[in-house]
Order: sequence, then C-alpha cells, then structure tokens
Amino acid sequence: MSIRLSSLAAVASLIAAALTPASAQTLRYANQGDLKSLDPYTLRESTTIAHHGQVYEGLVARDKNLQTVPGLAESWETPEPTRWRFHLRKNVKFQNGDPFTADDVVFSADRVRAKGSDFATMVANDTKVIKIDDYTVDFVLTAPNPILISQWDVWYIMDKKWAEENNAVAPTPAAATTPSFASLHANGTGAFSIESHQPGVKTVFKVNPNWWRKPEHNLKEIIFTPIASDATRVAALLSGEIDIMEPVPIQDISRVNSSPNATVMSGPELRTIFLGMDQTRDELLNSNIKGKNPFKDIRVREAFYKAIDIELIKTRVMRGLSTPSALMIAPQLFKLSGDFTRPKYDPDGAKKLLTEAGYPDGFELSMDCPNDRYVNDAAICQAVVGMLARIGVKVNLIAQPKALYFAKIFKSGGYNTPFYLLGWTPSTADSHNVLYDIMGCRDNPNSSRGLTNIGGYCNKEFDALADKVLQETDNTKRDLLIKAAFEISNKDFAYIPLHQQALAWGVSKKLKVAQRADNQVLPYWFVKQD
Amino acid sequence: MLAFILRRALQSVGVMLAVGVISFAMFRFAGDPVNQMVALDTSEAQRAEIRASLGLNDPVPLQFARYFIDAAQFKFGVSYQFRQPVSMLLKERMPATLELATCATVLAMGFGILLGIYSALRRDSFLTKVLQAVSLIGISLPTFLIGILLIYLFSVILGWLPSFGRGEVVKFGWWSTGLLTVSGLKALIMPSITLGLFQMTLIMRLVRAEMLEVLRTDYIRFARARGLTTRAIHFGHALKNTLVPVITVAGLQFGSVIAFAIITETVFQWPGMGLLFVQAVQNVDIPIMAAYLLVVSLIFVTINLIVDILYTVVDPRLRATVGRAA
Repeated sequence: MSIRLSSLAAVASLIAAALTPASAQTLRYANQGDLKSLDPYTLRESTTIAHHGQVYEGLVARDKNLQTVPGLAESWETPEPTRWRFHLRKNVKFQNGDPFTADDVVFSADRVRAKGSDFATMVANDTKVIKIDDYTVDFVLTAPNPILISQWDVWYIMDKKWAEENNAVAPTPAAATTPSFASLHANGTGAFSIESHQPGVKTVFKVNPNWWRKPEHNLKEIIFTPIASDATRVAALLSGEIDIMEPVPIQDISRVNSSPNATVMSGPELRTIFLGMDQTRDELLNSNIKGKNPFKDIRVREAFYKAIDIELIKTRVMRGLSTPSALMIAPQLFKLSGDFTRPKYDPDGAKKLLTEAGYPDGFELSMDCPNDRYVNDAAICQAVVGMLARIGVKVNLIAQPKALYFAKIFKSGGYNTPFYLLGWTPSTADSHNVLYDIMGCRDNPNSSRGLTNIGGYCNKEFDALADKVLQETDNTKRDLLIKAAFEISNKDFAYIPLHQQALAWGVSKKLKVAQRADNQVLPYWFVKQD
Repeated sequence: MLAFILRRALQSVGVMLAVGVISFAMFRFAGDPVNQMVALDTSEAQRAEIRASLGLNDPVPLQFARYFIDAAQFKFGVSYQFRQPVSMLLKERMPATLELATCATVLAMGFGILLGIYSALRRDSFLTKVLQAVSLIGISLPTFLIGILLIYLFSVILGWLPSFGRGEVVKFGWWSTGLLTVSGLKALIMPSITLGLFQMTLIMRLVRAEMLEVLRTDYIRFARARGLTTRAIHFGHALKNTLVPVITVAGLQFGSVIAFAIITETVFQWPGMGLLFVQAVQNVDIPIMAAYLLVVSLIFVTINLIVDILYTVVDPRLRATVGRAA
C-alpha cells in the first residue's frame, strides 16, 4: 500500500513537473519602501501588506479588479444580520505542513484585536467568534455591519499551533523590546514562503509548491530589495538588474518608456489628495484676521475651491499623471461618483465671493504641507499658494517632512493647522470610512468619529446619513445614501478634493503583471519570460 | 608620556560626552516617532500607549540619564522601525561599511601615492597636467553625482557592473564579506571608487606638495652631490620623508570615510551603517540615529587618540615639547 502510494506520488510529481512552465523564473523586485516586520499585524501600510500577502491569506481575497472573492473561506452567509457564517476551505495547509482549521481563524481573530496590533479595527472587541465545527466559524456582531469583510483581504490568518510553539501568540507591538519570532519568520498558506529576511536589506521568497490555488505565475522565487534612492532604482531597472520597481519618479517616466528594456505602467491610484480648512476654531491660526475664522463662512470655502485651477495642477505639477476628483473618494470605490462634477475654475467668481463675505482685499493665513509623502506634494501646495494669491489671499507655506507634518496636524498635535494638504485611501475600500474618519463631526471626545477630520467639518445631517450607510445592507439603497451624504458635504464645501494621483510601476518588458489600483505589487499574478 | 596619554584619553571621554548631549538634544526635535510606527487610522489611545511604553512621556532629564547609562554599555535600545535591538542591527551592517571604507582607503592610498609621486617627479609632463585637472574635479564634484555618473556609464550604458547592493556575501560567524565572490567583488568596485575618489585626489595632491618640498631640501642636494642614483634619492630618501604626514592624514581620513559613506551607501543601496542611518532619519528612528552618531564619533576619537600616541612615539621632537609643557 505504502509503496503504491509513494509511486503514485512520484508519478504525480512528475506530471506536476511536466505541467509547470518550461523554466520557473526568479523575480527581482525593488521598492522605495522596505519590508520591516514579517508579523502581519504590526504595520498597516500598503507596501508591507502586499509583501505579507505573498505569504499569508485572508478568509476573503480581492481579485485584479478589487472585487471581493473567496479566500480561505469557500463561502459565507448571514443567517441573521448580526451573524456571519464562514465555511472554510478544506485540505489547505500552512507552509510548515500544519492543516488550516477553524481554530486558526478563532486564534487569528483574537490575535488581530489584541494589544499591540495595528489591525485591531478588523474585528471589533465585542464581536464573538465561535467555532461551529472544524470548518465553520461564526462571527456574532452587536450591530449589523454590511461591510464587515471589506477589509478582510488584508486580515491574514495565522497558524495557531506555530504561533504557540514559537511564543508568538501576542502580536509584535510597535514598541517591542525584543525581536519577536513572528517578525522575523512567517508561516502562511499563501503562494510563497519566506526563505530569508534581512530587514531593510533583502528578502527572498520561495514558491510554495503546496499552494491550494492553481498558480497563475511562473516564478520560483522573488528577491526583494528596497532601493530608496530614485536614481539608483531607475538605473537598476534600465540596466535589467531588476524586473519590476515601484514607484517610478514622475520626471523619469519618459526615459523609462524610451528604453529598450522597460516600460512604465501607470493608472489611477485609490488615494485622494485634498485640501482641508479649519472650520472649528473661533479665530483662524496664523492669520491677520483677528477675532473670527473666515472658513466658518461657506462663501470663503467656496471661493478657495473655485480659485484652484485643477487642470493646471494636472498638466504642470503632475505632468498629466493625476485624475481630478469631485469627491473625497476614488471613482473605483464608489459606483455613483460619475454623478458628481467639480465646480468650474472661476477666479473672478471666487474674488466676488470673498468680497461678499467681507474680505474684498483677501486675507493672510498659513498652510501646512508634507514634502515627502505624496507625489509632488510640496509642488502642489506651491501651486495652490500662487492660485490663491490671484484672489488676494496671501498664504505662507510651511512644507516639511511627514514626520514633523503629521505630528503637527494630527490629533496628537492638537490639529494645529488652519489650512493643509492630506491624502487618504479608505482602508476598507468603502465610502463609509471617508464619511466617518475624515468628514464626521469630532465633537464627541469618546467617539472615534472624525479622528482624522483635521479641519473639523461638522454637519449632523451628514453624520446621520453616515450612520445609516453603516447599517444599510441593500447595496443600491446604500449607494444612494452615500450619494446623499456627499451631496451635503459638496454643498457645504467641506473639503477641496484635488485629485487621485497616478501609480507608476517600472516593469521589464519580459514581465507580464496585473496592476491593481490599490498599488499592491502582487507577484502571484506575474508571468516572466526567459 | 603616560600623563600625556591619560590627558588625551580624558579629552576623548569629554568629546564623547559632548556628542552624547548634542545627539540627545537634537533628537528631541526630530518629530514624533509614534506617527511613523502606526497606521493613519490608529486610535489616539493606542498611540498614547505606544508613546508611554517607549518612555517618551518621562521628563527629559530622566530620558537623558537612561539614554546615557545604556549607551555606555553599548545598549542602544530597540529600533522603532525594525523592532530589533540597535546593537544587533549595527553589528549586522558594520561589515559592509568597514569593507567598503577599507577598500576605498586602500584604493585612495595606492593610486594617490603613485600618482602623487609621478606628478612631483614629472612636473611638466602632459599627464601631470591632466592629473592636476582631474584631481580638481575629484575634489569639487559631490559624491552622489560621481556615483550616479558611474552607475549610468557602467550599469545602464555598458552593463558591466551592478548598480546596487553588495552582490553575494559569504558569512563567517557574524561577519559577512563580499570579497570572496565574483558578484561581491564586482559590486564593490563602483562604491569604492565613489567613496575613495575624494581621498585619492587629496592624497595625490598632498604627496605631490610634500615631495616637491622634500626634493628642495639640503640633504637631497647633498645626496645628489654624493652621486647617489636618482632612484635611491627619490624612493629611498625623499619618499620616506614624504610619507609621514601622508600616513597621518590618511589615518584621520579613515574616520571620515566611514562617516561619509552615508552618501555613497544611499546611492548604491549598500547595506551598511550609513544606509541604516539614512533610513532611520527618514523614519525618525531615534535609537538608531543616536547609536550611529555615538559609534562614528567613537571611531573618530579612537583613531585620533591612536594617531596622537603614535605621533609622540615616531617623532621625538614632539615628545620633548610635550615634556616641557607638562
């Protein structure tokens, strides 16, 4: 029996070998940012998440068009609005050989919301996770949540047994004092396993021959090197030493395209870049207007909006690589975004609005801006300064590195800015995140609503709609509610959305890739020719 | 003699203390590290917890004292970005930097001395004039520009040398070396030239000036008059006396080669301490920045101390003056 089995296995492996493409390839990949910790619950940042996604998998996954598809869960249903039942995939094994079962899901649910996890919002603290049998898990919520699984493609499932054996039950906290096992090793169910990992230097991924999915890639290993210097990264791509890199600096795009080895793949990214205005303080910070806050006047906000020539920013600052936006969310993430248009660029109208509001000669204020966070962030701010000067508003620009910038404008810095530029990608890939985090009232100190609403826009009618959006389970009705909410905030000129910046990957001509708008570089879809 | 060494050693300790104070004070203004460690939508409570666990809420003097006591035992804390002890990271990265710095220095010394001698002896030859002009470029061009020019020429256009990284390395315990593999040696060429070019031109000009000076002295004239061969005069007598100041300068420069490797390492993505430092600055990784500054200043101070001591050993005149002054 055992002999027959092993010979069967041998035949099977021969067939498998014959079926794999003639030569499995090595993918050499460079990114501006590095991969620090391998613990999938330590840092919620898109480059890191994409790396982890090579090794780990979630209950659900997202396909090339960002649609939610089954992952480690074969299917799911909601027998009642507050109970989600997941049927797990059978015969899935972790890379160390451990079988994947409901215990791992329950364990991962506890680990992901434990102290020190940067992904704690994935599973709410009051959610009960119940193992029904080895391949069925129930999530019992305290209130209905139709978008429960919207972020779960990046909630990666870990192996309970492996974590317990290696003293990695607790997530590696941001302030760990000893390197935890899980931050230097990985054991997932995904397409690749970690061969070696030297943070900030090099990470080698090996193909997982026992992956449950049929691979669409033809890779045998991935060698990842972070290359922070733009010029070096471009040179390495042009000389053929790497197959793919991200991002291509805007000024180098035409040179990469004219080279024989590589091209630039660009597309709109999901991040929306916008300007925010302080609408809460009674006196505007760093301004010559004393005793009142011009931004409390809707006409001033409208004037600022209309003074900005978004097409000029697109052609001059972004060199064509941006998509002007009328909404605070990218069109890929909201079906009805086509119903909205930006108010026309109208400096004369803006000037008139300012005069009506009582500022015929404009006024003076400061503006905060990062200079190392988004594509050409400081240059966008400089352009804005010039455009506002045309309607008589004198802006003193403070552009600084993100470390200082975020410390100043976020809650920890007391929202210390009158006028600022920020970029936001909803981590849930859903509008509610924008309505709640960026645009919700922040008047209740015990609620996390409006945590990143730095300008402090507040409209109770809007908040009521946002709450309905969270509860509504019918997608069509839900989209209409979202639309109604955005109509209110646009009418209020709550924010000045600018554009979605473009993502730019430098790709060798030997490589066929699938580019996803959330800018995750996912080699399990890459095919490389000899 | 002993008193002199003791005094120098005490001065060195003073310098290290000063560097410690400066680095600590500087990092108070580098920004909030917590924002770099978490996602944008991490809750305020979580942020506060992290801040507290890092000890960032303690009074400044307490933070300073803790920092100093730990640093004296080479305990630099845990890197905010990598969640690993800084001393471990430095140990991992140090071989790359030391190997690069050594190669660059050897290159600079070898070529610098040879070319210096040549241009001193053949003052009016065409090659000398070219060398002088080129050395001016070497001194005035910034390192990163030289690095990028080399990359474009030898990696992108000619495709001979790798544009980044260390190639394959061989490990001996905790030490890793790229000197034993072909790809490692190839990867070492351009960074070494980039890093060593400034030193090379400096040494070349120094050797030339010293050599010209020495050739003008009386004993060379007497040696000529005595009928010694030119070869013996130039290389036996003149060169030997030229080299004393050159060795001093080169020794002192080794410290700055290590320190300035930051730029070269960034351009070539060389996984050494300098690159670690730059990444740390971008991420407000205070423990790494502090440790790096201290380690580099320790290297500087040690080299200076050794050079000072060697000086008194080599040059009896200095010993005499020191004796009198004391």
